[in-house]
Amino acid sequence: MNLEQQIALVTGASRGIGRAIALELGRLGATVVGTATSETGAQAISAYLAEAGAKGCGMVLNVTDPVSIEAVVKAVGSDFGAPTILVNNAGITRDNLLMRMKDEEWDEIITTNLSSVYRLSKAVIRGMMKARQGRIITVGSVVGSTGNPGQTNYAAAKAGLLGFTKSLAREIGSRGITVNAVAPGFIDTDMTRALPAEQREALVRSIPLERLGAPEDIAHAVAFLASPQAAYITGETLHVNGGMYMP
Amino acid sequence: MSSIEERVKKIIIEQLGVTEAQVTNDASFVDDLGADSLDTVELVMALEEEFECEIPDEDAEKITTVQGAIDYVTAHLG
Repeated sequence: MNLEQQIALVTGASRGIGRAIALELGRLGATVVGTATSETGAQAISAYLAEAGAKGCGMVLNVTDPVSIEAVVKAVGSDFGAPTILVNNAGITRDNLLMRMKDEEWDEIITTNLSSVYRLSKAVIRGMMKARQGRIITVGSVVGSTGNPGQTNYAAAKAGLLGFTKSLAREIGSRGITVNAVAPGFIDTDMTRALPAEQREALVRSIPLERLGAPEDIAHAVAFLASPQAAYITGETLHVNGGMYMP
Repeated sequence: MSSIEERVKKIIIEQLGVTEAQVTNDASFVDDLGADSLDTVELVMALEEEFECEIPDEDAEKITTVQGAIDYVTAHLG
């Protein structure tokens, strides 16, 4: 697989899955702009990309702010060229039982995890339409398909982006743009390290491959969908979860 | 320098893949020139680039014919 000449925009790239995705796309030759919410995060992205010998840099982006999105897409365009690959990865959790959930917890998740996908996709699509090629890949979650107690908000957002993905895939397929999702299972990141040890052990027992996934497991799936080899795949959700959920 | 009408028609021919003869002034993009909704969005994008302007969505929706596009560009940018 080769992504030379491609310009990839990866949100939430300072750590975890986003970082692995940025590094993998960079390794395959793409110019990568990874985004973080803070200047420190953006600098860290620039540093790890440079260290890996990848082209690109980090930029500060608040995915909930339309003005910030417009500014970053513009900056990527003028510094490197219009993005040909968008990876919607940025996401947060605000877990709570529904009966205890606050409106802010619900709204923050929908805004950060779902509305951001709408805004970013809209912002890059113009360039992709003109180029008659493009890849939009959104990182979902297994809980968007299975549900999870304490995550009504998160699961709703993750399920929502699958519907978004399929609809957009139908809208712009004729222009050579594919739109897909990758749904990770339980991946060893800061987000899942926050779980109690007991719960983690129970989780591992429910996974046929008997381990948590690595961020790289997701990065490889994203890189495949971004590659020319995946040109005939659109509207698809690729589940990468060690077999814990099989649709 | 070509006239606005010529420039608009040239873009329509390129974007919709139609012939010059089909692009009569009263031709409708959808009904006569076979455009779908995405084609009309792209057509407006191309007009924006050619004439270096931004056409608001509410206006863009009203541009449905060749003459409509010529009139819009003439009125707003001419």
